Amino acid sequence: MSANLLEPAKAALLIFVAAILQVTIFSQIDILGGYPDVVLLTLMAIALLRGSIYGAALGFFAGLIVDTANLGTLGVTSLLLTIAGYWIGRYGETTGRDRVHAPFVSVAVATVLVQLGALILHYLLGDDVSARAVLLDTLPSKVLLNLLLTLPVYALVRRLLAVGKPVETVTEVRLLG
Amino acid sequence: MLLSLVLITVYFREPAGGGLHSIQGTGATVLRPFEVASNRVAAPFQDAYGWFAGLIHAKSENARLRDQIDKLRAEVIQNTNAARENDDLRAQLHYIGLARFPQDYNPINTDVISRSPSEFQQQVGIAAGSSSGIRVNDPVATADGLVGKISSVAPHSATVTLLTDPNLNVSALDVQTQAVGLVGHGEGQGTLTLDHVQKSQVLHEGDTIVTQGWKVKGLSSIYPYGIPIGTVSGATNSEVDLYWNSQVSPFVNFESLQSVIVLVPKTRTGR
Repeated sequence: MSANLLEPAKAALLIFVAAILQVTIFSQIDILGGYPDVVLLTLMAIALLRGSIYGAALGFFAGLIVDTANLGTLGVTSLLLTIAGYWIGRYGETTGRDRVHAPFVSVAVATVLVQLGALILHYLLGDDVSARAVLLDTLPSKVLLNLLLTLPVYALVRRLLAVGKPVETVTEVRLLG
Repeated sequence: MLLSLVLITVYFREPAGGGLHSIQGTGATVLRPFEVASNRVAAPFQDAYGWFAGLIHAKSENARLRDQIDKLRAEVIQNTNAARENDDLRAQLHYIGLARFPQDYNPINTDVISRSPSEFQQQVGIAAGSSSGIRVNDPVATADGLVGKISSVAPHSATVTLLTDPNLNVSALDVQTQAVGLVGHGEGQGTLTLDHVQKSQVLHEGDTIVTQGWKVKGLSSIYPYGIPIGTVSGATNSEVDLYWNSQVSPFVNFESLQSVIVLVPKTRTGR
């Protein structure tokens, strides 16, 4: 496999594993009424490291796997994660990539927005949803758990995608004129 | 984004047997081995966590359960005699009743392989589907009591909507007082409420709640009579309310479901 295809394949595999782990293991973990969202964390790490196109495409892919595994309404999770992945990617490209706090800010904001978006989407689809349960009972602990896992997941993804140096490094400078 | 919106629209509008549903069913079948493998890898760790967590309350729970055994032993003897007498009388009267649990159902024991990663739908995925005879709306239980019902089916997997889901209500009966109402999700996580119990009826704390199992003009409840649901943990009755306000503590621990039993009717009739 060429180097051009290897990187998207690695990122897709990471997201696939994260989605399977999320639906089988992490969704069952209940700490203070919430559970960590490793799909969002993995997506955040990839989007920050690789940009908005990766973020949006893998967000869509992750959502598709989650909705398929749960036999849920196809497209709901995809829509939310596509937007989240794209936004995190843009944030990384424009301002945040090299800042230490970027992963934490991305995760905190994305967790809140995805949760809020899911609430609105499910309401529009006619599901009986409780804003109190979603926003007050679950969201604070979910944000906290996601923030606790941000650093290890980011470091792991960075290592697995072999992001040590910038993709293009300047090796020599030629003075013109 | 556009593709997601198209998916939502088509999926939402098409019938359960539509193209996208079929593709999703095939996708779920493909993902199933990965889910089973992931569960198998995680199982020892979950067991170890459960073992240590159980140790914390083991002593007090042991004493409480010993007391309970003494009381239940006497009840079992009485109930066994009553059940035998009931069967004899039914046979003598050639009584035609509703489908009874468990004798009129084929139990399909299956693993829980996934859990919905959102608070919006209280659902779990199971490792058996239409190839095992499971259909939408089949009741699902554990040895402890009612879990919920089948909400979608793929050839080798299915989704169970739990009793704690906001969209699921079950007609229920207070065994002690015969009060009837609807059991639905409660305010707290993993709790239930018993609604629409007329104030003329009676509820007591500690009463056992089971599925009602009704039949009206050829339609019958998808849940057979007598599947245990929980006990009344609190009931109040104020002048301004039309119905009782009551909470139910479920027998089933919805947070730690490892396996469930799908009750497949031996004969399927119009419901």
